[in-house]
Amino acid sequence: MDGSQPKRYGRGLFLATVAGGLSSLAWGKPVWSRVSSALSPAEGLIPFVPKSGWRIYTVSGSLPSFDPATWRLQVSGLVEQELVLSHRELLALPRVTQVSDFHCVTGWTVKNVRWTGVRITDIFAKARPTPEANALQFISAEKPYLDYLTMEQALFHDVMLAYEMDGKPLAREHGAPVRLVIPEMYGYKNVKWLNQINLVPEAQPGYWESLGYDRDAWVGRSNGYHS
Amino acid sequence: MNWVRRFSRTERTLHWVNAAGFFLLLATGLILYLPRLSILVGRRPVVKDIHFWGGVGWISALALVALLGDRRGLLRTARDLERLEPSRLNVGQKINALLTAAFAVLFLASGLLLFFGERDTRFRWASTVVLHDGLLYASLALLTGHLYLALIHPATRHSLRGMTTGKVSEEWAQRHYPRWFRP
Repeated sequence: MDGSQPKRYGRGLFLATVAGGLSSLAWGKPVWSRVSSALSPAEGLIPFVPKSGWRIYTVSGSLPSFDPATWRLQVSGLVEQELVLSHRELLALPRVTQVSDFHCVTGWTVKNVRWTGVRITDIFAKARPTPEANALQFISAEKPYLDYLTMEQALFHDVMLAYEMDGKPLAREHGAPVRLVIPEMYGYKNVKWLNQINLVPEAQPGYWESLGYDRDAWVGRSNGYHS
Repeated sequence: MNWVRRFSRTERTLHWVNAAGFFLLLATGLILYLPRLSILVGRRPVVKDIHFWGGVGWISALALVALLGDRRGLLRTARDLERLEPSRLNVGQKINALLTAAFAVLFLASGLLLFFGERDTRFRWASTVVLHDGLLYASLALLTGHLYLALIHPATRHSLRGMTTGKVSEEWAQRHYPRWFRP
């Protein structure tokens, strides 16, 4: 102590940091998405930041592996013609490409993902669902993950079974060889490692829905979010 | 060489419990956060449990040390942190301690929100994950500076002894902390 006024700023620094951090719960995401889109040209240069913003969420012990020789996509249930498609047969179906955003319910977003794959209608053209089929059950090779879409949702113009992402075959961590993509809904509806589609009379709760998430996972207006 | 006591047993225990908790949470957190590590390690549900319960254990252990340890001494240290001027600690060390404490509060708050948000949509906010991740980068920056000064920089690394054995040399104390130690 040298007799001058003691500099009592310690508590202020602590409280200002806590308050600033807590306030970011209100402004963090919009600010971060602006910062990250400004940084995106240089993102390959920045180590340790998840590339393009993807995070890999799984519910089991390890990622399913994919062997093109033995892998099959089964389409069954309420269909006139059950299908068992090999990887080659899947790739031979009419091919479409789209660019859409991917939103995770936990708050992160990946913009402008380039997906290539097949439309559900092209699967239906072969399998021919019966009139009783009102919903689709999507089963993942990652047990016990599954989810459902209603027939109407599955036929949205931008729903696809994607086997390429950003110009490359779908990587193992993104659900190789094929995943469901429904950009209108949060990621947990976009079932990875898809290996079976069952046509069923009605939609049921999927993996996360049975843990309390919304069955209709509309981006920005479900799961407690309002846009 | 003559030695002088610099940090009490309670302060040292608090420091090392905090460090151990931080590194456990850093390791498990990076496995959850970085795609490459997520893929390499797998077992996400187990890692998630270790991360969450490790965080709860970390905060509880800190509270326990403070409760069972030298509370009056800790209060004296807290009052000392209040003055951002050199004393037993220099200004940089004080800022480091205050930010570390503030980050711990924010890590805990955002971590609990992530945990409960997964279970109840009333606690799910889109920016929680941004805060939790931002704290990771901020605390890594702080930690890098701290480790450099405590382990590498020749003029300051003697201070590590204060945090391990509790004592530092009188000569060093006098040179670095003249307002605290006069022989």
